Amino acid sequence: MTDIAIELIGISKSFGAVKANEDVSMSIAKGSIHGIIGENGAGKSTLMSILYGYYQADTGAIKVHGRETRIRNSQEAIRLGIGMVHQHFMLVDTFTVLENIVLGAEGGMLLAEGMAAAREHLKALNKDYSLEVDPDAIVGELGVGLQQRVEILKALYRGADVLILDEPTAVLTPQEADHLFRILNALRDQGKTVILITHKLREVMEITDAVSVMRAGKVVGNVFTRDVNQEILADLMVGRKVILKVNKAECNAGDAVLDVKNLSLTDERGVKLLDSLNFTVRAGEIVGVAGVSGNGQSELLEVLAGMLVPTTGAIVFKGEDLCARRYRHPRAAELRKLGIAHVPEDRSREGLVKAFSMYENAILGYDDTAALSRGPLFSRKALIERTRTFISEFDIRPANALLRVGLLSGGNQQKVVLAREIDANPELLLIGQPTRGVDIGAIEFIHKRLIQLRDEGKAILLVSVELEEILALSDRILVMAGGKITGEVSGNEATTTSLGLLMGGGSH
Amino acid sequence: MKFGQPSTLPRWAQLTVLPALNLMAALLVTALVTWLIGENPLECLEILVKGAVGYGEGIGYTLFYTTSFVFTGLAVATAFHAGMFNIGAEGQAYLGGLGVTLVVLAFDTVLPAPLMVTLAILASMLFGAAWAFIPGWLQARRGSHIVVTTMMFNFIASSLMLYLIGHLLIEPGSQNPTTREFGASSWVSSMQAIAASVGLDIPATPLNASFILAIVASVLFYIVVWHTRWGFQLRTVGVNDKAARYAGINVTLVILLAMCVSGALSGLAAVNELLGSTHRMNVAFTNGIGFVGVAVALMGRNHPVGIFLSALLFGALTQGGLDLSFEKPVITREMIIFIQGLIILFCGALENLFEPFIAPLFKRRK
Repeated sequence: MTDIAIELIGISKSFGAVKANEDVSMSIAKGSIHGIIGENGAGKSTLMSILYGYYQADTGAIKVHGRETRIRNSQEAIRLGIGMVHQHFMLVDTFTVLENIVLGAEGGMLLAEGMAAAREHLKALNKDYSLEVDPDAIVGELGVGLQQRVEILKALYRGADVLILDEPTAVLTPQEADHLFRILNALRDQGKTVILITHKLREVMEITDAVSVMRAGKVVGNVFTRDVNQEILADLMVGRKVILKVNKAECNAGDAVLDVKNLSLTDERGVKLLDSLNFTVRAGEIVGVAGVSGNGQSELLEVLAGMLVPTTGAIVFKGEDLCARRYRHPRAAELRKLGIAHVPEDRSREGLVKAFSMYENAILGYDDTAALSRGPLFSRKALIERTRTFISEFDIRPANALLRVGLLSGGNQQKVVLAREIDANPELLLIGQPTRGVDIGAIEFIHKRLIQLRDEGKAILLVSVELEEILALSDRILVMAGGKITGEVSGNEATTTSLGLLMGGGSH
Repeated sequence: MKFGQPSTLPRWAQLTVLPALNLMAALLVTALVTWLIGENPLECLEILVKGAVGYGEGIGYTLFYTTSFVFTGLAVATAFHAGMFNIGAEGQAYLGGLGVTLVVLAFDTVLPAPLMVTLAILASMLFGAAWAFIPGWLQARRGSHIVVTTMMFNFIASSLMLYLIGHLLIEPGSQNPTTREFGASSWVSSMQAIAASVGLDIPATPLNASFILAIVASVLFYIVVWHTRWGFQLRTVGVNDKAARYAGINVTLVILLAMCVSGALSGLAAVNELLGSTHRMNVAFTNGIGFVGVAVALMGRNHPVGIFLSALLFGALTQGGLDLSFEKPVITREMIIFIQGLIILFCGALENLFEPFIAPLFKRRK
């Protein structure tokens, strides 16, 4: 069995009650490009962290080149010829490429000697794999694509035979991604083994030889790429889950409340986080935004909520272009006054101040409400009264307005945020991951409340990585991938497969 | 455990048991050192306590020092509630003194007493606030770390004041680096005079009406921080600036205002020192009150009651320490600073040192 580079046998790993990996087995052929795909939280990164020695598996075995080994830390992994290119680069920005590459492997007391040897070695590597990296460039001045190549060089310099790449194209432009694939092909041709973690089906089809599909911590398929197509992979990846049923009446949509036109957002590195988005949300409908997280949904919510300023485009809310508006206060505050409420994706770090009591959290963003103050001072009585209403209306437990919010369960924390935002009687509710980390009972409650809000004629834009949730609630579904809207489907027609395909960036 | 992280202890224990343990640890080390230099620790402690609170003058001096520490302690706490570590209270108090000096030297012969004092108080706050505003602005707009800039601004303030006093404000013909004596219209009335007006006879000490001002400031601090919109925004920015941005709070503005309020409070310490006691500007009047303010705020957990109590402790230590070094020449002023340093070390830098040891005691009781 010399042609197997890595074999994983029955790997399980739990974090508390969460099973991140459950009985995972796969073998990766030497000299191949092996894809590992799955949704967020499917356990891909945990598995690779075990292989690279960051975590120890609870049970199971790892064989490297046929020999069973224990990998206790990343040094041991490197010694075994396993290299890893992280999603977030581990480079010293102010050092040159050469300095970064020898860092931790300087070789000898004096730097000059090791550096000279490294330079020669680097030249050879550069040529072999057409990496085109200047060893004397300052890393901080290089583009993302080049920095990634420095990471690859670093792994190769340390003698990696097996190279793990964690979502390598997430930060790249299409051209850079193409270049990366050329490099990966060159690596394969030289007999190196590449493990590619991704959720993009197109990449898997384009470059890999074999694929392992993971879902909810388990491997649901080990297949050769030539035997499958995108539909099959999407099906495997998303699975056919039991769909949470929410009873809802026919959608009775009214006028457009939100009209987004050509909305783009470019970050300081020039990466397009949002790319020419066009869509409408009407009164009395729920528009769901599906997608693997990190494809622009978070940024979309933050732009609409006034926390980020879009680069170009128009956000028309009830006929007024919010981008053309002049803001005297922070946007988020003014948009709230106009009737745009926002339940953020990260409720515990954005939507709440965990160290504050419930009644203080109940006014976050609404502290200027006149009824809450008497003169310059807050009326503590009014604040607590308001919170008591929230508690009884949303069944928040424990029913103690003075309790520190950090002590509540995830579901009850979410109810505090939801109560606060719905209480403002908004025209448009932006809501991200409404049921992340929320128990079943609260999920049902929250879903019903959202439907009720829709039936009252409010417009709701729902972002969620839970496809079932999107399917259960949405009247229309937008799918985002790579900052673009890659498809729009009506809520009745959509299936997990069709969405999964669009999410992977494939064509319909 | 990270600095400023919420504790796992019940609040009351956090506010009473921990500081008491820290204080005892500091005193224990002090006792050891006292014993090593050949003195009897218990005797020294007795002199120290008697010196601080054992007789009328002692109490007066203790409360006089306490007043300045309350102002600088509140100053540091204000910035801390906005998530910033302002260690520039020393320089801000110094500049507050400049404000006082300038308006007093200009107007003390023309303005009547109430107006003169009010103007001087406002000037102290304005100058202190301005000196704190610059590091605040640099932090909010340029990302320069507030600890570094406020520290640097202490040095700049010190050099600036040395120059101004030595060259421009110095009393003509004097050899001392001080200004002329302020006109009586600018003096803040002493507590002795106030007590006498209601028929009480207390000894003459530098303790003055600024002490009342410090109590008023403490009460206002409590109301503003915990019962107003701005206080709510201030605390939100301080513990979770992401949530603050989400809520639409103008984080930059809150930070700038917090620094200004902080500087204004520091500036008030100059009123106590200059208008209440020395009645003239001299180069060394701040004498570390700003740095003690950092310790006071830390030990007082940024709450006005805690700040008042720890200011009282440091006030007593300053006054009792002076008496002690007078009685026991071996225990010099440096020894007193050493003790203060130990208290700051145990109550500030090591504030949670004993928490892991006593936390289990409280868990079982729940």
